[in-house]
Amino acid sequence: MSKQRIFVPLDSAAVALGADDVAAAIVREAAARDLDIEIVRTGSRGMHWLEPLIEVEVEGQRVGYGPTQQSEVLSLFDAGFLEGADHEKSVGIVANLPFMKDQQRLTFSRCGITDPLSLSDYQAHGGLDGVKRAIKLEQSDIVEVIKTSGLRGRGGAGFPAGIKWDTVQGAQADQKYIVCNADEGDSGTFADRMIMEGDPLLLIEGMVIAGLGVGATKGYIYLRSEYPIAARILNEAIEVAKSNKLLGDDVLGSGIAFHLTVFIGAGAYICGEETSLLESLEGKRGLVRAKPPLPALEGLFGKPTLVHNVLSLCAVPWILANGGDAYAEYGQGRSKGTLAFQLAGNIKQGGLFETAFGVKLGDLVNKYGGGTRTGRPFKTVQIGGPLGAYLPEQMLELPMDYEVMAQNGAGVGHGGIVVFDDTADLMAQARYAFEFCAEESCGKCTPCRVGAVRGEEVIDKIAAGTDYDQNMVLLEDLCELMVDGSLCAMGGMTPIPVMSAVKHFPDDFAPRHVREAAE
Amino acid sequence: MLDLDLTLRERLGMEKIIQEALSGHVGETGGLITGLRHVQERCGFVPSETVRIAAELFNISQAEVRGVISFYADFRDKKPGQHHIRLCVAEACQSVGARAIEEDLLNRFAVRMGETDAADFVTIEPVYCLGLCSCAPAAEVNGKLIARVDGQRIADEVVS
Repeated sequence: MSKQRIFVPLDSAAVALGADDVAAAIVREAAARDLDIEIVRTGSRGMHWLEPLIEVEVEGQRVGYGPTQQSEVLSLFDAGFLEGADHEKSVGIVANLPFMKDQQRLTFSRCGITDPLSLSDYQAHGGLDGVKRAIKLEQSDIVEVIKTSGLRGRGGAGFPAGIKWDTVQGAQADQKYIVCNADEGDSGTFADRMIMEGDPLLLIEGMVIAGLGVGATKGYIYLRSEYPIAARILNEAIEVAKSNKLLGDDVLGSGIAFHLTVFIGAGAYICGEETSLLESLEGKRGLVRAKPPLPALEGLFGKPTLVHNVLSLCAVPWILANGGDAYAEYGQGRSKGTLAFQLAGNIKQGGLFETAFGVKLGDLVNKYGGGTRTGRPFKTVQIGGPLGAYLPEQMLELPMDYEVMAQNGAGVGHGGIVVFDDTADLMAQARYAFEFCAEESCGKCTPCRVGAVRGEEVIDKIAAGTDYDQNMVLLEDLCELMVDGSLCAMGGMTPIPVMSAVKHFPDDFAPRHVREAAE
Repeated sequence: MLDLDLTLRERLGMEKIIQEALSGHVGETGGLITGLRHVQERCGFVPSETVRIAAELFNISQAEVRGVISFYADFRDKKPGQHHIRLCVAEACQSVGARAIEEDLLNRFAVRMGETDAADFVTIEPVYCLGLCSCAPAAEVNGKLIARVDGQRIADEVVS
């Protein structure tokens, strides 16, 4: 009989909730019982409220137990969990849970299922189909597939990927680069981290295809230093890819080279901005560059560079394998395909939910997220990271769609959704938006560098009731200036959380003494 | 301990460590930043001598090296305390009480945010997102990630 396999996530969220201890306890207990088992460390399924979620395979189906603590391992063995027996922590067949069943997982199809470092596992689940197809195509045909898919940059800006690819492909240069922006610094987002930890070969395949498509032979993954587990997994996956000729001088016998390196950042939110990222990758201060020139024409070391977010690149293998048209069938309007929504903050069922664009924000928060974790009334949701809008309950009806959100003064961003209950103070959140901007501004342009600090001061005056009316006007004026005058999205979008808070939660902006009197 | 009153022998030893940590990254893409990280891994912080040594090795000005060190939050100019806490204070963690945890920790350890206590026991630094937003609040204690924390849980981790 072959070894019984037990699947335990290595995902940071699972580890932060005790997965390593659970894995060690399983090994100890199995040894004590003289059982021949193998622990397979996988990514996370994305149901983080069930982490650590351990799984066993029974008659070809994965049965899950979670959230599991180290102290429960003994009782799991006693109950017979290796045969999928019932236990108070049993969740049944994982794929049949409503949270999993209702998803449309194109990018995260393998995450939580396969061994992230096993190329044979990867291939058995559809891996490498995309790159094999790409090898047979001309550069321009690859670019055409991306255009047809309607894929837009998943990092937040939503710029059409096909146009970028076209520009880089058409540029003449002795060296071009693919740069993956894995500086996932937005609070409320962790999808990049999850896929890098749970299915790193997908990102590698996506970058190889991008290289083939635009004629780039070198790639870099710019990874934030806050993700040590992702760093380890990516580096190990690169070694696996090298030894299997997915990376190297001759990618899968195509005669085309592609080399990939992980670069670790050093703690700067601004380096998620693509030009700042490029400066940092060159070993300098992460100061934002003025555009033009576009990085697609003059990027890393002045060479044409395709800069993409992790999830944009991870969508590519599926698109190549299944066709641009097939991808474009998902979603609505000009928002094609799927997005990995991240349910975060004060939410009962936090985690990752991948589905086509058009899903209602309220369904993500309530139907799948289960509402607030504290059980208190919902107050607001911030979507799209620290530079995203705070929306009130009546806007939960909106579909997640780039254009619809933009019309409503918000943005889909990277798909991060942070829920707050009624204890949230939106004036404090608005002040924090300025505080964060002041902390993380690169300092190159004045509206951002100085505006952020002035913003904190103005809000403090509003809170104190000092020249209240004038300062409310001043706040709006300052925000307008930051939007119009900032060099990049850091200063240009900090006003979004601030002004959305003012607009939707005016009561929170009453002076402190008025609010205290009202309570 | 690397301290202000280093002997000449210690100083030379440290210079050698810095040299070694940096020299492998000259000519590498983004090599200065990777090199500085290695210096910090070896020394616990980035000693001031690094500026001169890196400028010579990478053939750039000392001002440029200083500029890079000061730009990135990861680089420290002194050794942290015996225990190192990084508490996430970004929005998702705020929504489930990160601010209260911050206050609790600062009181418990009698320290200010971003600083080390008088006994060099603990350093507490803010971090803007550890990517654990679905199981917030989150922290990192001595390199170990922990989620759904409170002040007590973090304190337990420190003394464990």
